[in-house]
Amino acid sequence: MIEVKNIKKSFGDKIVINDVSATMKAGQCNLIIGASGSGKTVLMKCMVGLFAPDEGDVLYSGQPFTTLDREAKTLVRKEIGMLFQGSALFDSLTVEENVMFPLNMFTSLSHKQKLDRVNEVLNRVNLVDTNRKFPGELSGGMKKRVGIARAIVLNPKYLFCDEPNSGLDPQTSLVIDKLIKEITMEYNITTVVNTHDMNSVMEIGDYIMYMYKGHKEWEGSNKEIIFSKNQRLNDFIFASEFLRDAKDMRMLEERGKIPNDRNMDDMLK
Amino acid sequence: MKIFGDIGQYLLMLKSMFSKPENNKMYWKEFMHQCSEIGIGSLGIVAIISVFIGAVSTIQTAYQLVSPLIPPSTIAQIVRDTVILEFAPTLVCIVLAGVAGSRIASELGNMRVSEQIDALEIMGINSRAYLIRPKIMAALLMIPLLVVISMVLGIWGGRLAGTMSGIVSGADFDKGLLEYFLPYNVVFALVKAYVFAFIISSVPAFYGYHVEGGALEIGRASTKAVVVSCIMILFSDYVLSALLL
Repeated sequence: MIEVKNIKKSFGDKIVINDVSATMKAGQCNLIIGASGSGKTVLMKCMVGLFAPDEGDVLYSGQPFTTLDREAKTLVRKEIGMLFQGSALFDSLTVEENVMFPLNMFTSLSHKQKLDRVNEVLNRVNLVDTNRKFPGELSGGMKKRVGIARAIVLNPKYLFCDEPNSGLDPQTSLVIDKLIKEITMEYNITTVVNTHDMNSVMEIGDYIMYMYKGHKEWEGSNKEIIFSKNQRLNDFIFASEFLRDAKDMRMLEERGKIPNDRNMDDMLK
Repeated sequence: MKIFGDIGQYLLMLKSMFSKPENNKMYWKEFMHQCSEIGIGSLGIVAIISVFIGAVSTIQTAYQLVSPLIPPSTIAQIVRDTVILEFAPTLVCIVLAGVAGSRIASELGNMRVSEQIDALEIMGINSRAYLIRPKIMAALLMIPLLVVISMVLGIWGGRLAGTMSGIVSGADFDKGLLEYFLPYNVVFALVKAYVFAFIISSVPAFYGYHVEGGALEIGRASTKAVVVSCIMILFSDYVLSALLL
């Protein structure tokens, strides 16, 4: 579990994150959503320690993180895997070498054992016969999958994904979403996804935090988001007429499934 | 005021490089890779420049020594000392600032922009120690070697030009090389090579590592790294000459 406690972050006079708190549980996909410039990437970078927050703390399984020294932070970071927006694969290394890199750096396994582990995670992300290829030879979706394989190769407890679907077609995005969801449940990882892809929100959003101009505007699940009365959230999520119509349809469907009016009222709060 | 900020950031970068390696084998592998990139990768251009510098030195020295009272072996002495004291360490290092320095700045800049440096940090790796320290160590090992090679090739180029053009015979040139030879000149050249090697590797690493933005900024950082390195090389060349000669 990751707990974000009253994080504040400014760059000069500009307040980018303003008193944001959240609890992100293990075994579920925790989504941070918001428009460009709303502070979600900065929040994620504060969470993983790439930025030092001005105030507040991040707790990993109850352990404060931001106040730790470099050595102690390194120990926590060994339990963190991260998929970057542009995959951040090392250009000069092959797929196999990229995925093996954390194993080479932090384990004393034999080459055979490392190779077995690499093949295991590459199979898990449905990549075969790509071991010898360089990142430049891969498609966007394949790069993301290599990024996921590298992120999970050390069996992390926490997985961070920064806009995993950016630059991907809708079908490939769904494949990546499904993969993230499966891995999260399979290994009971606390997954944090930073996205503004609405398919992801509806498909994998067990917990969703909507950020607006640096503060937390709304939180809930993908079931609750349909019924939210928050105007800013609705304007962001259901931006097009098509999506608004889809929402109305979904609401009608959901209403039909709800057994009594009391539950409906709870959701509308 | 920005210059003081940059100097402070540069010193902090150097300080943070000195941490215990996460894995000695991986650091060694990176060090060897950098030795190959900086040393072998620059050998061709260093060889070409050195031979031609030596050749031109011989011809221009002979052109200026018009008196029949000056023996031809003097040409070899002048070429030898010029190549050892100035051309091999300074000129070659300025070329290396362009070749190796721009490569270091653009490599690190690209890694910064494409979040590869962030990826290393997230893994728990000290990216400064893993990426910059092997480059500086490799430069400190390989650049003095390149300077020594440059000295040899420069003098050989001078001899070749002298004998081929009939300015000076091989025997006179060899005689001149041994006359009034001061081994301290080689020591001085190597001191300069070590100082320049540190500048060539650490200054571009600083500019590359701290790139913000995109492809345009990588290019700018690379250019700035080369310009600043060259100025620092020339400045330290003057200081070292004033102090040690």
